[in-house]
Parts: sequence; C-alpha cells; structure tokens
Amino acid sequence: MATKFKINSRPVTVDVPGDTPLLWVIRDDIGFTGTKFGCGIGLCGACTVHVNGRATRSCITPVSSVANTVVTTIEGLAENGHPLLDTWVEAQTPQCGYCQPGQIMQAAAMLRDFPDPTDEQIDQVMSGNLCRCMAYVRIREAIRMAARRMQAGVPDDEGNTREASHA
Amino acid sequence: MLKYLTGNNAAPSGDRHEAGQATDLPSPGRRGFLIGMAGAALTLAFARSPQGLANPAKAVAEGAFEPTVWYQIQPDGRIIVNIAKAEMGQHIGTALARIVADELEADWAQVELHHVDSDPKWGYMVTGGSWSVWQSFTPMSHAGAAGRQVLIEEGARKLGVSPDQCRARNSRVIAGDRSISYADIVSDGNISRSFTDEQLKQMPIKPPSERRVIGGQARALDIPGKTDGSTLYGLDAKLDGMVYGRPIIPPTRYGSAINGIDDSAAKKIPGYRQTITLEDPSGTVPGWAMVIADSFHAANQAVQRVKVDWAPGKTSGVDEQALLDHGRELIGAADQGTLVLDEGNVDQAFSDAADILEPEYITHGVLHFQLEPVNAIAQEKDGRWEIHTGNQWQSLILPILSKALGVPEKHIVMRTYMLGGGFGRRLNGDYAVPAALAAKALGRPVKMVLTREDDARFDSIRSPSVQRVRMAFDSQGKITAMEHHATAGWPTQVMAPGFMADGVNGKYDPFAIQGALHWYSMDGHRVRAISNDLANDTFRPGWLRSVGSGWVNWALESAIDEAAHKAGEDPLEFRLRRLKAEGRNAGSAPNSVGGAARQANVLRRVREISGWGDDMPADTGLGVAATYGQERNMPTWTACVARVRVDRETGKPTVEKLTLVTDAGTIVHPDGARAQVEGAALWGMSMALCEGTTFKEGNVADTNLNTYTPLRMRDVPEIEQEFVDSTETAVGLGEPATTVVGPAIGNAIFAAVGVRMREIPIRPAALLAELRGKSDAEGAS
Repeated sequence: MATKFKINSRPVTVDVPGDTPLLWVIRDDIGFTGTKFGCGIGLCGACTVHVNGRATRSCITPVSSVANTVVTTIEGLAENGHPLLDTWVEAQTPQCGYCQPGQIMQAAAMLRDFPDPTDEQIDQVMSGNLCRCMAYVRIREAIRMAARRMQAGVPDDEGNTREASHA
Repeated sequence: MLKYLTGNNAAPSGDRHEAGQATDLPSPGRRGFLIGMAGAALTLAFARSPQGLANPAKAVAEGAFEPTVWYQIQPDGRIIVNIAKAEMGQHIGTALARIVADELEADWAQVELHHVDSDPKWGYMVTGGSWSVWQSFTPMSHAGAAGRQVLIEEGARKLGVSPDQCRARNSRVIAGDRSISYADIVSDGNISRSFTDEQLKQMPIKPPSERRVIGGQARALDIPGKTDGSTLYGLDAKLDGMVYGRPIIPPTRYGSAINGIDDSAAKKIPGYRQTITLEDPSGTVPGWAMVIADSFHAANQAVQRVKVDWAPGKTSGVDEQALLDHGRELIGAADQGTLVLDEGNVDQAFSDAADILEPEYITHGVLHFQLEPVNAIAQEKDGRWEIHTGNQWQSLILPILSKALGVPEKHIVMRTYMLGGGFGRRLNGDYAVPAALAAKALGRPVKMVLTREDDARFDSIRSPSVQRVRMAFDSQGKITAMEHHATAGWPTQVMAPGFMADGVNGKYDPFAIQGALHWYSMDGHRVRAISNDLANDTFRPGWLRSVGSGWVNWALESAIDEAAHKAGEDPLEFRLRRLKAEGRNAGSAPNSVGGAARQANVLRRVREISGWGDDMPADTGLGVAATYGQERNMPTWTACVARVRVDRETGKPTVEKLTLVTDAGTIVHPDGARAQVEGAALWGMSMALCEGTTFKEGNVADTNLNTYTPLRMRDVPEIEQEFVDSTETAVGLGEPATTVVGPAIGNAIFAAVGVRMREIPIRPAALLAELRGKSDAEGAS
C-alpha cells in the first residue's frame, strides 16, 4: 500500500504495509537512521520525530496514519539548523548519544509549546525520554541555553523567532 | 519500494551503508607501513590483517608518517589517532588522543579519531572495567613521545640547527624565532623512522608540569555526530542483499530443545520468508529459532504467529525466591565458596566477641537496558566473515564465533560501530553468534535485531545477590573482626574462566567480589566469595557497570554505617578513624600511592562541601559512603554524601542532593570525567531506588519500560562534584560513582527516619512497612 507524505521537505511515497511503524519506514525504507529504536512501545522516546510539528513516537505510529503529513527527523532539523543542536554540543550533552536525536526532537517541540520553559516544565516533558547514560543534567542545561538564545531572537528550524511568536 | 517524487533526493544516502564502506567512513584513507618498521611482531600483525597487506612503498610515496600503530600524521598535518577501544559514551577516543597529542606536542585542532576494526595488531581488544585510560596512558604517551622526537630531529635538520636547540609546540618544531610545521616536515620530508614496542617502552615521557593538553578543557570529538544523527551505531548498518532476522528465544537460557516449528500462520505475512532452527556448535544460543523476512516489521509480526514447541531446560521453574534461598544455603555451608582474604584470627575474635552484628543484604537483578537493543549483521565473502556490530570485547567473542562458524578466527573480522550503550552488556558478544549462524544457514547476509523484550530476556543481567556481613565487637564497642560472605552468579566463571583469580583456597571471580577488600584497618578480616550455581544455570550472569562493586559495596558500606551507629559514633568519623595508611593499607606505586590516606582524603573533602553535620529538616538525613571504585589494585578513591527526605505517608524516599568527591589520579579529559561521574552516580541512584527485576519461571519478569523503570529526568537531584587535583597514575572513571551512591542513600534514609533498608531497589512499600513496623515496636515498648 502506497503512502505519501513529506519527510524533511522532500515528498516521498512508500509502498509498504500500512501498519508498518513509521520508525522502520524512516530507517530502513527511506534511510534516515538518526531516528532510533529503543523500546518499541513509545516509552523511551528514542524514536521521536515531528509529525506536522508535533513530537510523535514513530515506533508506535503506523505509516498509514502519516499520509499527507509533514514529517521531520533529526536530519531535517539539522539541515535547517536549530539552536538546540548548538547548545547540545556546547553543553557536551551526549554520552553514548543513542537517545539524543529523540531528546532533541522532543525538546524542539517543547520549545514551541513553552518558549520559556520552567525547570518543572522541562522535567515534566522530558521525563518521557529515557537517557540510559543518564546525561540528564546536561540535557536540561542544553535546553535552558537554547531557550535563552531563542528568546533573544535566534530563529528556530522554521524561521520563527520567539519575538515573532510572542507578538 | 521507495520512490522520490522529485529529483531532489539528496537525502539519506543509499550508498553510504553499502557493503564494505560502512566502516570506511571515518577512515584516514591510507595506512602506512614504513620502511624501517623492523619490529617482527608488528610486521606479522600487519601481514595478518584481513584488509590485506599495506604497501610500504606506497605509504612512503604518499608521505604519511606513522611512527607507531597508534597514529599517523598526514602530509596536510592531520593527526589521525587509531582507537582500539569501544566508544559507548565515555568519549574514550578523545581521552586517548589527548594523551598522544600531549606528548606529540600536537595542535589539538588537527587531531581526528579512527575507530578500528578487530585485528590482532591492536593486541587484546577489550573495553571495560574502567581500564582504558589506566591501561593506555603509558603506551599512548610513549607513542606520542616517539613521534615528537623524530619530528624534532627532522625539523632541526630542515632548519639547519641541532635538535637540542629545538622544541615542539602546537604541531610545530621551533628553534628561536624560526619554526616549521609538522605538515611541512611530513609532506616534504622522507621520514621513515618507526619504533618497535620495545623501543617505545624506553621512550622518556614529559613530567606532569610540562603537560599542555592533558587536564585541559576540550570538546569531545564524538559529540557533533551524536547530536545531528549522523553517527552510525550497529543498528544503522546495512549490507547489500541482507535479510532481516528476529529470534524466537526459548523458555530457558540453556537446555531447551526445539521439537517442532509450525509457521503456517505466518506465511500470509507479506515479506515473511522462513523460520530456521539455529544449529550452534558453540552452545551459545541453544534452542533458538530465527524468523527471516524482508523487513524487520515482517519478522516482528511473524514471530508472534510462528509456533515453536520446545522441550524446556531444567531451569524453567526457577524464581527469585529459589535463587535467594539457594544463596542463603551456600552462605550457610562453610565448605562452599573461596576464601579471598583471611587475615588475623577471625574465629578467635568472634568467639571472644562481646557483641556480634550480622546483617544480611539483598540486591535484585538489574537489566543493562542499553538503549540500543543488541543486534548484528553477519556476512561471508570468499570464506571471510564480517560481523558488523557494536562490541566491547572482541577478543572474547572471536574464538566463540570461530567455533560457531567452523572457520579459523583469523577469517573473522568485527567491524566497529558506536555502541548505543555498553554498561558491560557488550562485553559479552553472544548476540553476534545467532546472526552469524543464520547467515551461514542461509548463505546470505542477515541483519538480526532483537526487540526490547528479546533483549531483556537474553540479557546477561547483573545477578541478584545475597550477602552476610558479620562484625565482632569487643566490650568497648570496637570492631575486632569482619567477615563478608557474598554470593551471586559469576560472570567471569561462566564467560571468561581464564580471568578467574587465585584465592586462599581456590579460584574466584574477582569481578563478583571486588569492593570487599576495603582499606579500613581491622584486626581480623575474612572475605568469602561464593558462586551461585543455580543463578549461573538459570541465566548468563553479566558484567554490569562496576559488576560486584555495585552489590558488594551496598552491603559493606551499609554494614560499616550500622557498626558506626552501634558504636554511637559519627559514621564519617568512624570511617576516618579506621583509614590508616599502614601495613597492607599503605598503598603502593604506581596505582595506589597513598593507600588509605587517599580514601580518607576524599571523605574529609566530601564532609567539607556537603554540609555534613548541619541540622536537617524533619525526615531528612545525610548519609555517607566511601569506596575505592573498582579494583583494589587500581583504586579510584570515591566518597559520596546523599541528602534524602522520606515521605512517612507513602514511604517514598526523595534524593535531594548528591555530593561526590573523586580522586582518580591524573584527569586526562576533565569535562568527560565529570560526565562519567554524573552518569555513574545517577546509575547508582537508579539501581538503589528505581530499577530491579526478579525471576519468574526461569526468566526476568520485567522486559520493557512498562514495568522496568529506570530513573528519569524528573528524579534527578542536585549534583555537586569535584576531583582531587592530582598527578598520580590515571585510573578509571566509568564505574566508581555507581558503587557509592546506593549505600549513601540507604544510610541517609537511616539518618532521616531511623529505618535500615537492606535490600535494593528500595521500594516505597518496603520502606513504609519498615516505618510502620518501627512505630508499632516503639508504641509497644
């Protein structure tokens, strides 16, 4: 069954069974391997991508459900640039790194909802993403740094600045 | 299957994962093999390389300078350091390259890493035990120094001065106001010097005061790729012509046999191919079947529909209680186990004792739960096997793969990938075997992926343990003797018996008892390690971040705390008074210089910065613990104070703050070191409070995050940490903090509410029951 959607700004049609999890379509059929497999039940967050801008666990999302949507993976975020990608390096956040694309995708979506998140908001939202190396201190720090930078007017991946969205 | 609708398909490249290229990505391109490389061992090593013999003339023609196997300098000045250690989050390549760069006087901006495939020339390949920096510091320093010496000689010749007028800095050789870059020396020079291992060992290295790179701040070289999604892990590998495999794991780890397979219900699944029984001459995966399909999704679905009929192995009924009860029986039988230490007259001390404390401590099983489930691709090409997977101990699994495949070890190469978490799981490379067997059976490449549930069931978990610590006190309340009896599954006995150690009366698994050989002075001290054979039969016990130090220190440092309270002394002061750097606790060069004095030093320092002794709010307490990290002959002096508040209504303990002081000798990469301590400390906390599993019908009861609940961001306490400023031997940092946090938390709970928890993980319900029991007892008295 063919499913059409956009991934990282490119239109794509995949001809796979509609119940195939989006995760495996992205990784094995399309070939973006930055999105990771961790638990398969939506509880670790390593497979997080954006579907129409919303953080989505691709391991429990059938590909048929993303027909005609816009999907963004870590590669797409990186192509367009995002303050989180800079602060993640500045804070020297990753250890093994395996969960980090999912962490960053979750954080990017959170910063749309909460442009100036409190520590509690960060903890609540990001507690859905497991980091087995327990690099949590630096994940938090990198998010705070990016939020400050975006508040100061650095554009995010869709060219929006916080000032614009506040306006 | 996939069509790009526009011409703009610069996307994910299909070709970057093509066969033979996956591991060439970070390749330095050329490998040199220089004339003058006279070392016979090195020559042989190169000749055995499965990648084929490099061409010496070509390497010289290309102008790369490769004084040792550990790095080469390209004509453009790039310095490519070969890393034979697995990268699993510890930024090991950065640490090792900084050791080389320091002696080489290299410009750090020009340093790159090359993670190598398995090859005999790298020597014994293992990454674990927090050994990497400790083991590599001296050889990597020698290698860097050798290069510097040659570059200075060659640079001096070009500058027309004598070498003693020159110094090297920042990839340049400098004489007065003139200088020449390493790039220029290498590109238009004809350097053909190289060094044998013996020559390298004689190479003088700089005093610590001359270090310019080691100990300085630097960003880890592996981090950018781990941020933008470009880093390749084992799961990301792809080979031409491969099919996917997902195993069907038998009801017991050993001894299950397949009676029959019925795949009729799977045949309708699009992409399903077949289900095979794995024939395993190595005995690694007995009773395994493997579903083969064109996609992982198809394999996944088919596994749920294929019916396998097994004759289960004898451990199919084993549960947690049986494992613990067996442990207790073993401890109770005096003839079981191995005496690791027997000093002083312990028996006399106990018969003369005015009082005896003999608490029992329990720890439950811990899953590695490395976030990347184990996986591997195996492929045969012209009689040579390639195994694509992330692995920590290539030298352990290669002989087993050789047996499984029936080919000589030298015909197998393990391609290297980043590890989506190690924590010791990938020391045991058993997961490579089923992929190899399936590829052999099918005659084509197989990519085997385990689901999370498969991974948990196949995990070589941290064994549950039972321990009894006995302490004899004289009439003044002084400890006169201690006995520590510890039993658990023994990973080393099961997987690497050659690494068993010699005890007083037999062999033992050093990794299953480390931590017990503490640095406190006691008149009598006996340590007995006992292998829990029922555990070894039921599951494959694993090395998990700090191994025995994790459970042994839970018992030891809780028991020391119990002794301090019994003596009515401050627990921190009680420890300090027993840390006397004398006799066997004096320490010795090079690894444990200072001995117990350094253990005392980290305790004093943590007392200063943690607010030890301050008044605490209600139901809040400070607990302390101190350990020597991993191994007595490679001590990382560690101390922790935990601040914990207990909710008396729910029994929930909340860790508010962890304060840690670490003395790991020379710190090579300070920011990476801090990250290791942060992560290890939180692992310690997670194992004390959040995660643990039990056995049920021969398997772990928890196989995914719905019931297995590692620590999350919202649980993270404030962490304050510091390192002791030191130029002593650099020792390990990956594990030590895991060993100290659990007992510090348990001791803090006691300080907060007067309840002694002796079992981890500490569940609120258990703590609540203890609190209620205590108030009932107090009410009754």
